[in-house]
Amino acid sequence: MPSCRPLRAGWGSRMDQHTVLTGIGISGGIGIGRVVVLPEFDFDTSKQKADPEEASRFLNAVAALSAAIGQKQETAGAEQAEILESHMMLLGDPSISAEAQRIIEAENCNSEYAVDQVFETYAALFLASGDELFAARAADLRDIKNNLLLILDGKALFDVESLPPGSVLVAREVTTTVAAGINPDNVCALVTREGGATSHTAIIARSLGLPGVAGVSRIEAGSQVIVDGNRGKVILNPTSKVLETYRGLQEEQKARKQTLEAYRGLESVTTDGKSMVLFANIGLVTDIAHAVAADAEGIGLFRTEFLYMNRSTAPSEEEQFTAYKQVATAFAEKPVIVRTLDVGGDKEIAYLGIEKEENPFLGWRAIRFCLERQGLFHTQLRAILRASAFGRVKIMLPMISCASELKRAKALIEEVKRELSAGGILLNQQIEVGIMIETPAAVLMVDYFAQEADFFSIGTNDLTQYIMAVDRGNQNVAQLCSVYQPAMLRAIYQVAQAANRHGIECGICGEAGADPLLTRFFIGCGVHELSMTSNAILGIRERVRSGRYEVAKERVAAGIHTLRDVEQAAAFLQSI
Amino acid sequence: MLTKTIAIQNPSGLHMRPAGLFVKTVTPFQSEVLFGIRGGEYNAKSMISVLSAMVKSGDEIELRISGTDEQACMDAVVSAIESGLGE
Repeated sequence: MPSCRPLRAGWGSRMDQHTVLTGIGISGGIGIGRVVVLPEFDFDTSKQKADPEEASRFLNAVAALSAAIGQKQETAGAEQAEILESHMMLLGDPSISAEAQRIIEAENCNSEYAVDQVFETYAALFLASGDELFAARAADLRDIKNNLLLILDGKALFDVESLPPGSVLVAREVTTTVAAGINPDNVCALVTREGGATSHTAIIARSLGLPGVAGVSRIEAGSQVIVDGNRGKVILNPTSKVLETYRGLQEEQKARKQTLEAYRGLESVTTDGKSMVLFANIGLVTDIAHAVAADAEGIGLFRTEFLYMNRSTAPSEEEQFTAYKQVATAFAEKPVIVRTLDVGGDKEIAYLGIEKEENPFLGWRAIRFCLERQGLFHTQLRAILRASAFGRVKIMLPMISCASELKRAKALIEEVKRELSAGGILLNQQIEVGIMIETPAAVLMVDYFAQEADFFSIGTNDLTQYIMAVDRGNQNVAQLCSVYQPAMLRAIYQVAQAANRHGIECGICGEAGADPLLTRFFIGCGVHELSMTSNAILGIRERVRSGRYEVAKERVAAGIHTLRDVEQAAAFLQSI
Repeated sequence: MLTKTIAIQNPSGLHMRPAGLFVKTVTPFQSEVLFGIRGGEYNAKSMISVLSAMVKSGDEIELRISGTDEQACMDAVVSAIESGLGE
């Protein structure tokens, strides 16, 4: 849970007091700037006597808002444009505008009251439906209502685009509408009161390359803050000393980035000639550019669930095909591993109709869900297979825990291949089908899976949570949730060894892939590929190029079974 | 007035996207376009009215179209529904 604790920065005067707020780091980096708080709306909508010009007052407000939305539409990306389009339709809807005008006339009242009545009637109706999809429309209606009330109140619409440079944007949550307007040259960090590491805000922050912290409250507009996305901290009114420290850190990071540029274009190879492959993890098509700019050697994890998020219906085959093809084409002959829909757990998508579960991480998620929702899965497989004609696309199945899941999924893939071929559609008939290793069951059955799958990718975040039986979000047990746990290191070793015995490739696609302390361990285990957030790639390449494979291999084999605890394991990792 | 009963096959019913296409299909016509479901009558030219009808997958709606271009309008909306309203 986020906490608020004042810290004494030094022993000097009272001026040395600042406040450190702890939340969850959702996007790395350090941002220093002034807080701009996204307004929350609180208007007087009580019934008043109409102004003589009330009717035109209302129509002018509608016209002003419609113009503002229209202007935004011109520059919005495809994702945002769709939402703006639906806002435009709702605003121009006869049931809304005509009804509000009717109330103003019939009751001789103010526009604020009429607007509130009409929008709230429909919002309440949608909320009462008990359908999450309709509830989401209620949020759209309130969004439009608030903007209309702002205009009626003579206030400017909050315009993210015109924020001054050095703004730290603080919001309850960064909605897609707001995100569409963020200019990364002016906004230097994002802080939200809600959301976590897998929220849409987190993806937006990472995709814009902005530091981000979630789960923090009590920040006032105008105050100077440091946002430390690496450690999930926000420092309010930092003392000059702290500011200096962080400016120093910022400079260091900049300088380090500069140094790492030397590794751009180089091979990821150890001093004794063993090659590693360094891939990027992506979630949105807009991440492609970051991955290319970061010198990724391919995509090790395309999290397709983001194509399904923040919308009201599943993406069509055509829409998915376009996205997959775009990634495949961007990386041409380099591999692109597309993970099929990994929903459930902490990733909720309302319209898919997964009910609230007692234990979502142990519930109906990922492959378990897709195998039951074959229509949805079928559409995704068609789109991926069609895209396979345009690059080196591979399919990766998440959360495999037993043989039948892999068998059924492979049978479906074969069926879709036949169907597409019969329709004369080009595809890669030899497309590789691999699995995520993220359940203890998959680790124990690894020799079987190594014969059935074309490749492995270890999802270290989920695997740690399942092997250690620890809820990542529970602070009381969080210290157990470490990839350095000897049990985890052994699991990784066993999986990589099995992959090598059976001649298939083994990758890492959890956060551990970006941890330089683990790089030589992975090399020594016989891992072939590491996939990580784009901006970690050059740093890990430096690490790969500094070690010897034969040494790492020997040390890992000699040490792995002697480890007893995390401290000992950390020392062992350091020594490789 | 022309009437016709037709089933909505979209997997999640008339939600935002298919509803939007439904409204866009009928809006250019001069005719009044209403539809009935579960005893209620809704305006097919109003997104909010269409959404508030809460049409689920497999529900049947009765289209009621009247005006000078009612036939062309009926043809257009039936063909749009049958082709899956963009899904």
